[in-house]
Amino acid sequence: MANQDEVRPLTFNLGSAEKLSDGIGHCFVVCGEEIAIFRQRDGRIFAVQNRCPHKNGPLSEGISGDGKVVCPLHSHKFDLSSGKGGEPRECLKTYAVRVFNGEILLSFPTGDAAAPEPECAARHA
Amino acid sequence: MIKKCRQKLVVIGNGMAGARVVEEILKRDPEAYDIAMFGAEPYGNYNRILLSNVLNGSQSASEIFINPLSWYWENRITLHAGIKAVKIDRERKVVIGKPMKKEASAYTLSPDSAFEEKTIEEGYDRVIIATGSRPFVPPMEGFGGAGTFMFRTVDDCERIAEYAKECKKAAVIGGGLLGLEAARGLLTHGVEVTVLEAAPQLMIAQLDPESGQMLKSTMEGMGVKVLLEKITTKIETVEGRITRLLFKDGTTLDTDMVVVSAGIRPITEIASVSGLTVDKAIVVDDQMRTNDPEIFALGECVQHRGKIYGLVDPIWEMANVLADVLTNKNVSAAYQGSKLGTKLKVMGCELASMGDTKPAAPTDEVVVYREPKRGVYKKLIIRDEKLAGAILLGEADAASMLMQMFFSGAKVPERRADMLFGEEPAGVSMVNLVSMPDNVQICNCNGVSKKQIVDAVRSGCNSVSKVGACTKAGTGCQSCKGMVAQLIEAYKGDAEADPSENYYVPGVPLEKSQLVAEIKRRNLRSVSAVFDALAGGKECPASKAGLASLLKSLWPDEYIDERDARFINDRVHANIQKDGTFSVIPRIYGGVTSPEELRRIADVAIKYKVPMVKITGGQRIDLLGVKKEDLPGMWQELGMPSGHAYTKSFRTCKSCVGTDFCRYGVGDSIALAQKIERRFQGIESPHKMKLATAGCPRNCSEAYVKDLGAVAIEGGLWEIYLGGAAGASVRKGDLLCTVKTHDDVLKYMGRFMQYYREHARYLERTYGFVERLGIDKLRAILVDDSEGICARLDAEIQKAVDAYKDPWKEAELPAYPTQFSGPELAAILEVAESNG
Repeated sequence: MANQDEVRPLTFNLGSAEKLSDGIGHCFVVCGEEIAIFRQRDGRIFAVQNRCPHKNGPLSEGISGDGKVVCPLHSHKFDLSSGKGGEPRECLKTYAVRVFNGEILLSFPTGDAAAPEPECAARHA
Repeated sequence: MIKKCRQKLVVIGNGMAGARVVEEILKRDPEAYDIAMFGAEPYGNYNRILLSNVLNGSQSASEIFINPLSWYWENRITLHAGIKAVKIDRERKVVIGKPMKKEASAYTLSPDSAFEEKTIEEGYDRVIIATGSRPFVPPMEGFGGAGTFMFRTVDDCERIAEYAKECKKAAVIGGGLLGLEAARGLLTHGVEVTVLEAAPQLMIAQLDPESGQMLKSTMEGMGVKVLLEKITTKIETVEGRITRLLFKDGTTLDTDMVVVSAGIRPITEIASVSGLTVDKAIVVDDQMRTNDPEIFALGECVQHRGKIYGLVDPIWEMANVLADVLTNKNVSAAYQGSKLGTKLKVMGCELASMGDTKPAAPTDEVVVYREPKRGVYKKLIIRDEKLAGAILLGEADAASMLMQMFFSGAKVPERRADMLFGEEPAGVSMVNLVSMPDNVQICNCNGVSKKQIVDAVRSGCNSVSKVGACTKAGTGCQSCKGMVAQLIEAYKGDAEADPSENYYVPGVPLEKSQLVAEIKRRNLRSVSAVFDALAGGKECPASKAGLASLLKSLWPDEYIDERDARFINDRVHANIQKDGTFSVIPRIYGGVTSPEELRRIADVAIKYKVPMVKITGGQRIDLLGVKKEDLPGMWQELGMPSGHAYTKSFRTCKSCVGTDFCRYGVGDSIALAQKIERRFQGIESPHKMKLATAGCPRNCSEAYVKDLGAVAIEGGLWEIYLGGAAGASVRKGDLLCTVKTHDDVLKYMGRFMQYYREHARYLERTYGFVERLGIDKLRAILVDDSEGICARLDAEIQKAVDAYKDPWKEAELPAYPTQFSGPELAAILEVAESNG
């Protein structure tokens, strides 16, 4: 059993990377949380929380490119690697993700202290 | 590292005033205070101005919240929601709060029963009291039982709407602004509404007796009964249901429910029990300070120089002063009191009121203009050659001019008649904008004042988009963008123009004509090829959709369609909704359908459990709330082509019944609309194009205000109008030419569409485009062929028409693997590793 303070990242296999089309996001539900995965045209792969902190827009449906995504509802922008948003104090949780042997592997923290603080929120504190 | 020791600020009240002052403080100095807020309602704060929209259903409660709960934690504000501050212990410097019981009203006056036992304490260095006001309930027997409501909070709206479903008749006590708004909301629920006012007229704060009487007639014309000088003494019930009201004069009124909106009273209890000076409200000085130098107050709960304000503009002014004072940005900032003026619509009736409603001295000059038939009434009160007050009812086109005179205290014109009528219906002139006072709100969606925009311009924002990024002005409905542009023009001074303002898309530094030339010269056929060749290989997500639209119109057949460059609507051929579901609108040519088609639509709606089936403004049927996964199945079962109600393209062509059945029709508008729609369906363009045909100039199908419209006139002729609009902007289209046949209409419309596709900026609607170029120039090019390009335009649009494919055919063969996939449940973990 994990003790209260321990964050245990588990790696989830999300299946073949072939389902990811260049530049188009895809939403996975991991432990009840919606995660948006993007593989960009330059080959980089990113994982962030799927819901926009502004009005809950599904970011996996947004246009992405140059390491950024634009929310389809009100065009709020986010950096996919840091989670930092264009609006002050809006930021996304980010997750480590990679493609290994053609499969998408997502590192997802579980345990009691599960939700990682978005990096840009931490900087405000 | 040494952490700066922050002072502790406690804000009592989490309404518009409390939230606004905190926002202003954070904007000036986010590090100045640790902030805790008490709010008796169990929500974040919301925009009370929009409450009536919640009641009439045009907005949901969640849409009117100013700040979501996440705002509080992102700004490290401790929010005690549902906890009412009951006392400030000034000896110990703590604010004491008690949790409200779930069912208790936030405005309760009987505290003991409403609170839980335990208390919460917050220590403070400084306190802001922003408790606002509570609705006033005139003394009457029976209020508080089932079917009696106040109209003040989000919960009130929901309860009223729910209860109204069971009712035939409703009474609204209070004939002020909010009471009339409540009446309007109730009408939408199909109940018979009676407004009861104690005074001898409606809206006594804003109108004089004569205009009050005219408003009453107007209201009655809309189906609301109005009874004046009625003081309710008792609400009678039978078996727990309201049956009727008794009035002081002995008369009665049958009703099923009662809504009270009889004004407000400041909430001052906490100030009184804490030993602060309270008169009619909490007394504050020009820096919003109470008699305790560490305790401040603002909003509807304060009395400043003897006045109490119940409107939102003074709150904004007070919040600015208080934030300046508390952050030491300007310790001598002083609130000078507010001049009050409002412009609003009461049930669709225009109304503006400012300052005094009646003369205050015999030397005051009163100018009155009446037009009873149209319900128009205008009154000016002039004192010392300045405007001391004005009322405009039924027609408020002169309101901005009068407000400006009133707020600036300018000398009024010699000829008083010059002040009665609006001069420039097309918009506010530059001169007006410059001479307008700083606090005039320019962006009504985001509440941005002229001063904020001018400050942004002076600090270097030299384009509409930069001003928008900095202040949010122009980022809502966008109808104020023109005014923002004028302010930039007026105040930018020597600042350099921002060349990027003219780029077709932000990520490629070229204007449209240059971009088109480069794309053609280098034969660039995909969005990624454009980024590689013209933007140094740097992708710009904000530019992708614009480039995709342009490339598709430049290379109808040879375009390389990269789906990641499309906006989600264009990936799945449906319009994304606020909750991430989609809407399905099949094409119904000219708005003419058949029983068989309707039956298929019904079957599909039932099978896929579509939450809402709605007739659209474009004469078609919208199936709303559809899951992405269900789109292909629904399209296939509908057996109808896409209506393109989701994309920047030709949308629809409405029609009236024309000569088929109408007694007045002089042209076959239905057949023409169907021909137009079959020919131009799916044609991409810089922005959407909505069309209509009208069988006579009565214009039942609104063709005058469409992007392109055709109107039949006597003599077998058709007029073609361009650049009409009836959205955030309203504009009558300009007459391009008059032609004889349906085929002529199709020819000129197609020619214009191609020219618009080639020359408009991305996301420039036809009304902006036509106005920018001028109809005379367009007529020269498209009718007189002054540039010799008509034959080419005709050929290009034909190519685009020929390239049309119904996108809903992708139901059978998705363009990419996850095109119609919903969220995918991650499989159980296959690799697990401990990171420890």
